[in-house]
Amino acid sequence: MSAVSRNTALRRPRWPRRIGHALLILATIALLTLFLLVPLAAVFVEALRTGVTAFLAAIEQPEGLAAIRLTLLVAAISVPLNVVFGVAAAWAIARFEFPGKAWLGAFIDLPFSVSPVISGLLYVLLFGAQGWFGPWLDEHGVKIVFAVPGLVLATIFITLPFVARELIPLMQAQGSDEEEAARVLGAGGWQMFFRVTLPNIRWALLYGVLLCNARAMGEFGAVSVVSGHIRGLTTTMPLEVEMRYNEYDVVGAFAMASLLALLALLTLAIKTLLEWRYGDEIAAHAPGGH
Amino acid sequence: MTLELSHLSRRFTGFAALDDVSLDIAPGEFVALLGPSGSGKTTLLRILAGLDYPDSGTARLDGDDFLATQARERKVGLVFQHYALFRHLTVAENVAFGLRVRPRRSRPSRADIAGRVEQLLKRVQLEGLGSRYPSQLSGGQRQRVALARALAVEPDLLLLDEPFGALDAQVRVTLRRWLRELHEELGLTTVFVTHDQEEALELADRIVVMNRGRIEQVGSPEAVYRQPLTPFVCEFIGKVNRIPLTCLDGDLRAGDWVLESDPWQRRHAHAVAYVRPEHLSVSTDAQQPGWQARLRHIYLAGSVAHLELHVAAIDQLLELDLAGEDVARLGLQAGAELRVLPRSAVVFPLNAAERAEDRMAIVADRRVWSAAGEAAVTP
Repeated sequence: MSAVSRNTALRRPRWPRRIGHALLILATIALLTLFLLVPLAAVFVEALRTGVTAFLAAIEQPEGLAAIRLTLLVAAISVPLNVVFGVAAAWAIARFEFPGKAWLGAFIDLPFSVSPVISGLLYVLLFGAQGWFGPWLDEHGVKIVFAVPGLVLATIFITLPFVARELIPLMQAQGSDEEEAARVLGAGGWQMFFRVTLPNIRWALLYGVLLCNARAMGEFGAVSVVSGHIRGLTTTMPLEVEMRYNEYDVVGAFAMASLLALLALLTLAIKTLLEWRYGDEIAAHAPGGH
Repeated sequence: MTLELSHLSRRFTGFAALDDVSLDIAPGEFVALLGPSGSGKTTLLRILAGLDYPDSGTARLDGDDFLATQARERKVGLVFQHYALFRHLTVAENVAFGLRVRPRRSRPSRADIAGRVEQLLKRVQLEGLGSRYPSQLSGGQRQRVALARALAVEPDLLLLDEPFGALDAQVRVTLRRWLRELHEELGLTTVFVTHDQEEALELADRIVVMNRGRIEQVGSPEAVYRQPLTPFVCEFIGKVNRIPLTCLDGDLRAGDWVLESDPWQRRHAHAVAYVRPEHLSVSTDAQQPGWQARLRHIYLAGSVAHLELHVAAIDQLLELDLAGEDVARLGLQAGAELRVLPRSAVVFPLNAAERAEDRMAIVADRRVWSAAGEAAVTP
């Protein structure tokens, strides 16, 4: 027993180094508090300043409820589509050699590198009244810009990279040996996908979905350009926050913002919970964890 | 169930992985595909498994087109080099995989599958480990799980890619013998890929030596070792001394030693003799025929001693293997002057160019030579 304690005493860093450690940790906490926690707390404080009743009333306005519904709808359409696209793109890039593969990889990153406002403008240029396809769409009675389809398209574009970027490095590191083994053992294409590929990428896929969802609900720039800000029809939650703020409805703006912040916190909580609960399994699926 | 491969070729960008490969595999055979990396042996195995397809050539199984058969219908079991076990499934689930993915009509019942899995785990000596995950097993255990998984689908043809490559030396030898016994017990046709000639010589009924996408020689371990068909096989299989010869005055000679009279009627000016270390005789008697040589080093490796000799007449280092007790009997020590003489050799005419017709000529003019009085090795 004494030998052990003497050992730890020997390993303990000397005082000057321990003070250095403490200072670094304190600095990190201070920065986090100043730039993250205080603003986050401010959102909730502002929202609840005039009481819970005012907070609920601000949310229960028809425009507020419409914004919440629209945000959920946009996310519910764009996230599944991007899961399908992301898995397909990651599969293509990680498993096959084809001309233009490097280009495809670069294109997937495009939404990250282009300003969201420009992404939104692209859709206006294509589908707007004066846009390339505008007159044709108008003739056939299809409305895209300043309507829900435009919001969905812009959100899909913005959140395109999340799932694919999460999966590509993992699938490349895991290699295709297990999939080939499944094929030789007699599995068909879908059996191979659902029994081998999907279980091997499920954690990365889940992360991708969570990030994709958070961004889909929180996107402002691109959505703002294509929305047209029609209250109750084409305003998502971030847009509603801005509009209320511009109308000096501080409590209303912060009430809506606190809901968005709650969604973000919820995402974070789910991610942490999963890591904590299934940490071993996630580590086992990492490349080299075999 | 003879598998006939004829004129298989497979090109990847820039190089030919398989170049006109023809081979017959008889039922129940244990065949080794032996060659250095890049020789095409793994490509051939993948084609047999249905994971790759040749650009040209055919494969027939009892007259049926084997290549047109889907991977899942070939009745082939494949053990990957790094096992490729499903990491999210337990050992038992891994073994059961091939049965569970069958269409409902031909899928055994749950109880049957469980029984079969248990039986297979017993066979590969992994009873009681069915609920473990692959990451909880040792390398040798994983390998046996991979084997059990491949055997679960009752294959006619078992394919193994570098089956012992990732194991340490001791496990490797044990598993090797065990695999050979299993092969005989099950009566499967087994094809395995290896770059380890010792493994191939010990295990296989027949060795297919491959180099740069071509088959250099097909034969029993004995034939491949004793009568290598090409210079590549000489150098790749076992250790060998390469002794340059000249054809001078109607004699084939190296220094002052005459091998025999020129067998090729002056068609080749130069030749090379491949002599295995154990096919060199050594004597302390200076009156004996042969080269004068100086003993540089003795490496005593257990029962065998490796001697390194310098022959001044041909200015070359030769390696010679001798039983350890002979070293003691002859009282050999580094620095000693000895007489050395080959007892047998494989001789090829030397040709600088590597053209296909030259290769044919080299193989056609090959000589398997033995000193007078030695038992001649018959082909």
